[in-house]
Amino acid sequence: MLAVRGLSCARGGCQVVAGIDFRLQAGEVLAVLGTNGAGKSTLLATLSGELPRAAGDILLADRPLESWAANQRAQRLAVLPQASSLAFAFSVEEVVLLGRLPHASGRDEDARIAAEVMHAADITHLRQRSYLALSGGERQRVHLARVLAQIWSNAEPACLLLDEPTASLDLAHQRLILQQARELAGRGNAVLLVLHDLNLAARYADRLLLLDRGGVSAVGTPWDVLKAERISQVFGVEVQVAPHPQLDCPLIIS
Amino acid sequence: MPPPVSQTTPALQIVGETLMIMHARMRPAILTVLFIFLLSTILLSLGLGAVTVAPLDTLAALGNMLGLTEAPGEVQVIIEQIRLPRTLMGLLVGVTLALTGAVMQGLFRNPLADPSLIGVSSGAALGAAVVIVLGGWLFSAMPDALLPYATVIGAFGGGVVTTLLVYRLGQTAQGTSVASMLLAGIAIAAISGALIGLLGYLADDRMLRTLTFWNMGSLGSASYPRVLALALCCALICWRLPRQARALNALLLGESEARHLGVDVERVKRELILLTALGVGACVAVAGLIGFVGLVVPHLIRLMLGVDHRLVLPGSMLLGGGLLLLADVVARLVIAPAELPIGILTALLGAPFFLILLLRSQRRGW
Repeated sequence: MLAVRGLSCARGGCQVVAGIDFRLQAGEVLAVLGTNGAGKSTLLATLSGELPRAAGDILLADRPLESWAANQRAQRLAVLPQASSLAFAFSVEEVVLLGRLPHASGRDEDARIAAEVMHAADITHLRQRSYLALSGGERQRVHLARVLAQIWSNAEPACLLLDEPTASLDLAHQRLILQQARELAGRGNAVLLVLHDLNLAARYADRLLLLDRGGVSAVGTPWDVLKAERISQVFGVEVQVAPHPQLDCPLIIS
Repeated sequence: MPPPVSQTTPALQIVGETLMIMHARMRPAILTVLFIFLLSTILLSLGLGAVTVAPLDTLAALGNMLGLTEAPGEVQVIIEQIRLPRTLMGLLVGVTLALTGAVMQGLFRNPLADPSLIGVSSGAALGAAVVIVLGGWLFSAMPDALLPYATVIGAFGGGVVTTLLVYRLGQTAQGTSVASMLLAGIAIAAISGALIGLLGYLADDRMLRTLTFWNMGSLGSASYPRVLALALCCALICWRLPRQARALNALLLGESEARHLGVDVERVKRELILLTALGVGACVAVAGLIGFVGLVVPHLIRLMLGVDHRLVLPGSMLLGGGLLLLADVVARLVIAPAELPIGILTALLGAPFFLILLLRSQRRGW
């Protein structure tokens, strides 16, 4: 779905990360990990076409990212930014419906999709509320519902990029959102997300991409990437890695 | 699908939501009321003034112009020569200012943007003043008939330059900063005022009168050539701007979010900046500086219809035209037989409104 070859990302003329290679398959959830300033958000911004590439190629569905027409691309690639700055009193439902902008699917279909994604993000009870009256976590879920609406009932598989989707959410909603990401992947889409919590990443992602000092430290399954030695080397924290008592994934104890 | 995390709904919230749903159902009714309001203000504006003309006589005079009905000669002259051009100009100025105000607020992602506050009107006035004072010298053979058009072009140029300047100065990652936007507006207004003052020394008496009239906008100079020049600009704007309503909605989320939603942000921004500058420029060129219409009208409309630009833009057009005509009627009647410049009236009403919004926005932290 998304293929990245020899990618270097720069922000403000300064190279942030280089030599990134990976393939994001349809049906897969890939989590990007790394310390603050490791270049996670820069990588995401480059993948979404927001920042120009310094070098390398990005292919979306086997076509170079920049060769897509804006509207076509928006139907196949949705992006959830870290924070949004909406200062107008849209209702929650109106914000979610903005996600249908790239599609000409008609009012009824849009309303049906909006209802489904609002249920998925657990904001149905906020439907008529003003966006400005919501808390940070609620706003985050509204925007998540918006990007879900963008690719919800696509005929073609789509790619979803999430920049720290769990940042301001409580425990229950963190799980809910990541579960939604898994289900979306289960329906043939590809999901790439930036996470800070190693245990959430280990539990919900198929593969992990660990960034360190301007490059890729490791790519692979949670078992391959999350080794105690590597974690202490990258994050500078001594940890122990044990098998999760109930699930088939590593558990990081710090 | 995982079970949603359940939450209880307080009673107050249910009441609020019911109100909002009712609100949504009432939107067509509100638009109809606004349309009727606009039609009534047109009739009022045609009928009221130094001589009162009854609504039926007004309609008869209008019909006479189309060769349908008969009307008494003096009524015919009043309507055809004085009231109709003035009413048309007020209508077009109100529609254009309200529409460009609403668009500018979307473009700047800031509900406090207004052409007169951020200096676009001043820049446009400077552009027009340059054409009026220096036009005869720059293009010695310009016939008088072309002056309204040349003035519009000058005002348009001034408007584009200032809009771009303010946009660059005020742009931050979180939208447009109110502080830098307003400060840029103050600076631009000061520079334009000084340069217009300077031009005053080069101007002859006739030009000087035109220049002073800008500092307090008025519809008193309405004439058919001016109305035509304004109507051409207004038609272009009213045709193009509402087509960008959905893109404007997306822009409210932020420029990168709009890009991710498939909006060609650079192209849309360019079109919006050029068209708003043209609209403001045309209004300033024919009617001078009429402030706060573009701020107050879209704000009232958002309270009535919500913030979706597909409703805000047509709503603002209807209410803007109606309110400006109403203000002009008041300006004509309040110290009759003399008349108040309408710019003074809109500033008296609009400036306190703006202060209230500014206080509220500080509390909310825009």
